[in-house]
This record gives sequence, C-alpha cells and structure tokens, in this order.
Amino acid sequence: MDILMQISESLQKGDYGNVRELTMEALGKKLSPKAILDNGLIAGMDIVGEKFKNHQIFLPHVLLAAKAMYAGMDILKPLMIEEGIKTIGKVVIGSIKGDLHDIGKNLVGIMLKGAGFEVIDLGNDVPPEKFVETAKAENADAVGMSALLTTTMSGMKDVIDLLKRENLYGKIKVIIGGAPVTNEFAKEIGADAYAYDGINAVETVKGFIKIKQHE
Amino acid sequence: MNEIMNLSADDATPDRANVFLSQGITSEIKISARIEEIFEQAMKVFLESARPAAIINDVSVPEFGQIYEGEGRNEGRTPVADIYPRAGNVALFAATVGEKVSAMIEGLFRSNDFAEGCMLDSIASEAAERVADSIQNTYSKYLYDKGKVNKSSGILRYSPGYCGWHISGQKKLFAYLKPEKIGITLTDSYLMKPLKSISGAIIAGPREIHKFKNDYPCCEKCDTQSCLERMQSL
Repeated sequence: MDILMQISESLQKGDYGNVRELTMEALGKKLSPKAILDNGLIAGMDIVGEKFKNHQIFLPHVLLAAKAMYAGMDILKPLMIEEGIKTIGKVVIGSIKGDLHDIGKNLVGIMLKGAGFEVIDLGNDVPPEKFVETAKAENADAVGMSALLTTTMSGMKDVIDLLKRENLYGKIKVIIGGAPVTNEFAKEIGADAYAYDGINAVETVKGFIKIKQHE
Repeated sequence: MNEIMNLSADDATPDRANVFLSQGITSEIKISARIEEIFEQAMKVFLESARPAAIINDVSVPEFGQIYEGEGRNEGRTPVADIYPRAGNVALFAATVGEKVSAMIEGLFRSNDFAEGCMLDSIASEAAERVADSIQNTYSKYLYDKGKVNKSSGILRYSPGYCGWHISGQKKLFAYLKPEKIGITLTDSYLMKPLKSISGAIIAGPREIHKFKNDYPCCEKCDTQSCLERMQSL
C-alpha cells in the first residue's frame, strides 16, 4: 500500500504512533512535507470528517484521529516553516468576554488545525478588541467566536461592530458557535456563518477560503 | 437548613449512558473497546481528582424575592418570577466537583489527549448535576421530615443564566449563600470557578406552580426547552 494511504488509514484509526513513524518514513523516501500533509494527514482527516457527518463514527473517534494528525504535524511543521509553505488559512478563535467555557472552542480549534489551518487560540474571556487586534495583526482569514451563555452572546456583536469600524468587516469572515447560538442569531448580528460543531466549522471556513480565492 | 455537604467522588459518579450521550453516542450504538477504555480511564481520573461539595441555605420567600431581583437585569416576564411567590419553601444552593478536575481536563488537552480530555469534561459536567441532585434530595428529605411538603408537592431547582434569570443574579445569591466556603468563587462576569459548578434556588410548593406554558420571552431564545422534561418529571 502507498505510504500516504497508510498514513491516512493509521490516522483514521487514531494510531498516532504509527502516523508518527510513517510520516518520518515518508520524509525518508523524499516525499515533500506538503504532499504528506495534503495526501496523507489531511486526506485522512477529510474521511474522518465525512464518517462523523454520516454518524459512522463519533466525537471520541474524531478526537483520536486529531491526536494522530497532530503527531504527524509536529514532524512536518518545522520543515514546512523552513520551506516557506503556507497553511491553507489562518483563523483566530476564542470564547467571548465573560465566558469561561472553552471545550467547544477547543474542539473547533483541534478540527481546524487538523484540516490544515493555522489557528491562533486566544483562550476564553476574550474582549472584542483582542479578537480584532489579533485578526488584524495576523492578517487572519476568519475570526471564530464561541459562547455558552445567552448573556455573553451579545459580545459577539461587539466584535462584528468593531470589525465594521476598522473597515475589516467582510474582509475577515466571522463564524460563531456555542450552545445558545443559532443560525438566526448569526444572521441577526451580521456574522458570516454559524457552525453547529467542529467538522461543520471546518467546512464553513474552507468555504470562506474558496470564496476569497475567487474574489 | 444551613448546611455544607462534602461528598465522595463515588456519590457524584455520573450515569454512564448520559456521559456517552453528551458525546453524541446514544444507547443503541455499540461502543468500541477503545472508547470504553477512554471512558474507564477518564472515570478513574475523575474518581481520583473530584472533590464534590455543596452548600445549601434556606431563605424566606420574600427574602428570595429580593435575591431574585439581583441587579435588576432579569427579563420583564420570567417563569421563576411567577413561580416563587406561590412557593412554600425556597433554598439557595451551590454545588461543585472541585478545581482539580478542571486542571486535569486542561492538562489532557495540553498533551493532545483530546478524546480523554473531552470524556473527562463530559463526566465532570454530569457529575456536577449529580452533586446538585444530591443537595436537592437532602433538602426534599428535610422538608418531608418537617412536614413542609407532601406527595402533591413539587420541588425543582432554577439557576441564574437560565429562564430569564439574568446571570448577574449570581452576585446577590453569592452574597447571601457564601459558596466561597466550599471553594466556589465568582468572576467579574458572574461565572463560577471551578467551572464545573452549579448554583441556584430549589423551590418547593404545590406541584402546579412549576408548570407553565413556555411562551415567555426567554423561551424564544432557548433551544434546549429542557423545562418541558423537568415539568414532566414532577
């Protein structure tokens, strides 16, 4: 079996030890880090995402695969930086000011990294200015915000208002999520999208990047 | 009633099916050996690190009215505002599984053990509910023993941040209850630390007082509608 296929399959099984070894073996065979990433690791995560969407596997399986993805990425990342290979996009994420709940946000970050994005995680209780300053300084493609409480949701609109004032609205896309957040709420506050889980967030941000490339 | 309860981690052990359900795994799904192993490992960590505790303090109905008023930020019409004036007994409570569990969850995520961290998070969330159940049961027993409630009574708990009770209501609740005694503190944004903590009021009275039509303004924004299930449980 092709080594990239083996990496993909090991990743799908969440066999992080094997993914690490196979990634090193692939590099030894002079495969480029980008090829290993795209056709081994990301290809595997794409299949994991599809299976999750189709209810063939569940959250723990996805997270095991993500750990395997990270095992491979840890080897490839320094080489990719050395070769100046860019990630497919950059996303700033955080839980909105007042909110200390970060499990959902963490899962979205894991999935985005697993899909090949660079993720800047600002943590929880993040003020609106921090989201916008970081997104601007890092030239991010998107900002992802999470809230677990109805009372902190309003802070998401503050970020969007600030992006508008900074003339960044539309240039930096906004994706929101969290237990009380809905598609209607996203539309109401002017967010570009609502994501109901990590896999959905990955698809949505990939959509943003495609649109940006065609602009 | 004014009591602090220190429970064992075993007392707070959550229902296995509920933990898996919160991971999107329903009871019909066959769980693989590896996922079972992750659950068992996370449960072991929970039992070693959880320090469940709860505090309860009963208040008069008029006193609760003042506490419920909070910082004056509740929605105009709320279920609790309609329920408590008809109640016979009210107690404030706070429950936690302790800080160490949260630290363990963070540690697992930091070491890329996402599945284990997420499982422990689900266990801890469910366990916090079990601790709150435990204090509610203690209060129910106390009321029964005192002859203050009977078989036609209904006892349910309500929390700031839900059903139109603004989260800032935590400030007065904390000032009265003093959950700091069991290690729960409040942040500037009215969230509790440790994160896996629950606070609120246990309201006892005729069963009917807890039954309402979910057409309050807060119901429009609520996508769980868990009140319906709670009402059914009475």
